[in-house]
Amino acid sequence: MAALDTSSDKTEAQVREGVDRETVETVQSMAGKYKYGWDTEIEMEYAPKGVTPDIVRLISEKNNEPEWMTDWRLAAFDRWSQMKEPDWAMVEYPEIDFQDIYYYARPKSMEEKPKSLDEVDPKLLATYEKLGIPLKEQMILAGIEGAGEAPSEGRKVAVDAVFDSVSVGTTFQKELEEAGVIFCSISEAIENHPELVKKYLGSVVPVTDNFYATLNSAVFSDGSFVYVPPGVRCPMELSTYFRINAENTGQFERTLIIADKGSYVSYLEGCTAPQRDTNQLHAAVVEIVIEEDAEVKYSTVQNWYPGDEEGKGGIYNFVTKRADCRGDRAKVMWTQVETGSAVTWKYPSCILRGDDSQGEFYSIAIANNYQQADTGTKMVHLGKNTKSRIVSKGISAGRAQNTYRGLVSMHPKAKHGRNYTQCDSLLIGDKCGAHTVPYIEVKNNSARVEHEATTSKVDDDQLFYCRSRGMDEEEAVALVVNGFCKEVLQALPMEFAMEAQQLVAISLEGSVG
Amino acid sequence: MALPQVKLDATEARLAGMGLPDGGAWISEARQEALARVQSMGLPARRDEYWKYTRPDALVQAEALPAPVMEITDTPIFDEMERVKIVFVDGVFDPEASDDLSLEGVQIERLADAGAKDIHWAKELYGVLEANGQSPVERPLAALNSAYASDGLVIHVTGKAPKPISLVYLRQSDQADAMLHHVIKVESGAELTLLENGPAAARFSTVMEADIAMGGALHHIRAQGRDHERRAVTHIFARLATESVFKSFTLSVNGVLSRNEAVLELTGDDAIAHVAGAAVGDGDFHHDDTVFVTHDAVNCESRQVFKKVLRNGATGVFQGKILVKEGAQKTDGYQISQALLLDGDSQFLVKPELEIYADDVACSHGSTSGAIDDTALFYLRSRGVPEGPATDLLTLAFLAEALEEIEDDDITEEIRQRLENWLMRHRG
Repeated sequence: MAALDTSSDKTEAQVREGVDRETVETVQSMAGKYKYGWDTEIEMEYAPKGVTPDIVRLISEKNNEPEWMTDWRLAAFDRWSQMKEPDWAMVEYPEIDFQDIYYYARPKSMEEKPKSLDEVDPKLLATYEKLGIPLKEQMILAGIEGAGEAPSEGRKVAVDAVFDSVSVGTTFQKELEEAGVIFCSISEAIENHPELVKKYLGSVVPVTDNFYATLNSAVFSDGSFVYVPPGVRCPMELSTYFRINAENTGQFERTLIIADKGSYVSYLEGCTAPQRDTNQLHAAVVEIVIEEDAEVKYSTVQNWYPGDEEGKGGIYNFVTKRADCRGDRAKVMWTQVETGSAVTWKYPSCILRGDDSQGEFYSIAIANNYQQADTGTKMVHLGKNTKSRIVSKGISAGRAQNTYRGLVSMHPKAKHGRNYTQCDSLLIGDKCGAHTVPYIEVKNNSARVEHEATTSKVDDDQLFYCRSRGMDEEEAVALVVNGFCKEVLQALPMEFAMEAQQLVAISLEGSVG
Repeated sequence: MALPQVKLDATEARLAGMGLPDGGAWISEARQEALARVQSMGLPARRDEYWKYTRPDALVQAEALPAPVMEITDTPIFDEMERVKIVFVDGVFDPEASDDLSLEGVQIERLADAGAKDIHWAKELYGVLEANGQSPVERPLAALNSAYASDGLVIHVTGKAPKPISLVYLRQSDQADAMLHHVIKVESGAELTLLENGPAAARFSTVMEADIAMGGALHHIRAQGRDHERRAVTHIFARLATESVFKSFTLSVNGVLSRNEAVLELTGDDAIAHVAGAAVGDGDFHHDDTVFVTHDAVNCESRQVFKKVLRNGATGVFQGKILVKEGAQKTDGYQISQALLLDGDSQFLVKPELEIYADDVACSHGSTSGAIDDTALFYLRSRGVPEGPATDLLTLAFLAEALEEIEDDDITEEIRQRLENWLMRHRG
């Protein structure tokens, strides 16, 4: 009791001494709490709970979609109603009642689509600002120039901000347009570029692909759309920031990226959600089409609310991501840092169809407390001289379960295909689990496939060395873990690398001792 | 959970023509229980995850497919060793061809004799280790064997056996469908080497249940039959107590279907379990090694080393798993599966799994597959070695790591020689 009093006194004292609230909050966040657990109080508009053909029609209507799109969704719904939830992943969670979820929630202020970011509800803008994602272009520019170090040539990042079911706004659209790049919400794309959407939507992840992807096809409410025309190097990094805010709401977003011949784009994705006792569902689909000589980098920092120390609450993250290297010499690189979510079920995959195409997958998955992650990749080699590389680092702490599940498939025609896979697991504590489930299918002898996996614990000698240099145990573990993850962290774009490094430290706090 | 209709039908069709063998009360009970397990699990079907890479059809269907008996002119393997030779022809014990069932420190009985008795120590093991091994993954064909196998051996090892027991599986009929079930109990500090060789039958199922007490050791070396059309499914269930040792090595050449399952459970601290295999095959050769090692004690070591050489469209499968239970600290688990694909049509399908619930462990697995190294081949050719022998030399070098798992140098050399002969016969 006495101890409790002292600690509250301390906080009081700190604030009284003129330390502002923000500092206290920062300190608290460093104490191992989920940093993005607050919610935005905003008036929302919901579709009725549950999913039925009427709800599918309603979502389609809200997005002003043409008939072909509505029919596409209804066909998906039809298919979904006959499908069974998959149970092969090494994750356990209570049965999800798919009729007890809101499939559509949007801020009231978004009823009339704002024409520019200036018209967006300031509360929404404030939300993203608080998340560290300023949406006003002036602010972004001012921010960078203010820093003084990289004046006019500062790195710009265009952002599409998705709040619950709708896209709030997209920055730098004009500048991108000048370069010929289309970057907008998928609902806008359906309206303004139906020919592109019609051609590519569902061509990488078919409507019938899997339970969650099919559900997403029926009810996706928004997401991002990118088209990079032939020969264009996208002048800035593109990013989408997903925020779940409303309670009992599922987020179903759809991302479609098309890199036409000889183009290049780097795309970042971030996600957070408020801290709640109930679980929330997030089922997204990402499709990437890569034509001849084009290259796409897709980086994710997934930091959905993971649930509390007792495993209460958190996001169920059931995501289908796939890239199709259609043309020769096409290249894709997935990088993911998975620190959030109560349950993760995610396998960003590469179909290496074009000759000499390349796929890479770099992943750090961290599971602490009662988190469960079942994640990995599929590398399907179809073309000649295709190359792939998988580096996966799984870290388990507390009572968490972390599984790498992957497939490397060399088809008979994939002559001289090459794959290198490395899966390493690190265990912190004796109550957690780390698992590896790779499938390797080699059907021609000119292909070379190598797979290596190791499981170990944080090395005592390394810890001792750090401690002897004056670090406390948590710092020391964070440093060792960062070293363990280095190969993947290096593959991240600069903006993300720093954040990811800190996340690795924060996600593991409280796991030592 | 109710079984799918297709599975139910297939299981019923198989069981319809079969009757449980006669025996005493204890074994009849064990067989009834095994039958109940088969009925509740159903026999494997093509869509089962555990049979993703191997079609179980030929092992499940009521009639065994015929396989012509192969004329073998060279001396059978292990023939020159000092041993207790026990012969089975088409899955039936042949007392004429066998040595006396006597060996110092070992009691050997026929399953039929042990089963006829009212009480027998084998009651504690027969179908028991198999039943334990049904979770978390079901192995219905092993339960089918426990229910219907009428012959086999019951071996009690109480001391250090001075020479190996050698089981020789001969065949005369093109059609025989045979099942053998062996139970081996190795007492504290006792040791035995068990050899197996021969094709046994057109369709052959064997289950070996081995219980190794504290400080005991069982070495198992097997050369599967060379008859090309034969089909075999084998199961080893081994339970290891403190400081005990189990080592098993399998050589496979030819065979349209071999599914070799090994289910090893390390239940006592400091136990050691090794399984290894070398397989070479041509054409419609299909070879599947499925291994499940459970670490349930502290400071145990397990190794899985499997090498396959595949040619002319042959298929190699490896499904290996290391499960480290909570509390099984200081586990050292190692697993390697490698294939040498000598042409463009062969395939290697692998699923090497780790499932780990303890933090102070060192577990690793590796898997590689590829063609023969051109540089190495070029080097040999530039030294005047013709392409055929050069390829053989590199192939043998590739298989060497698996052969090193065999403890006895004479046996290693004999197996190496057999592999070399096979490669020479099948060159080009």
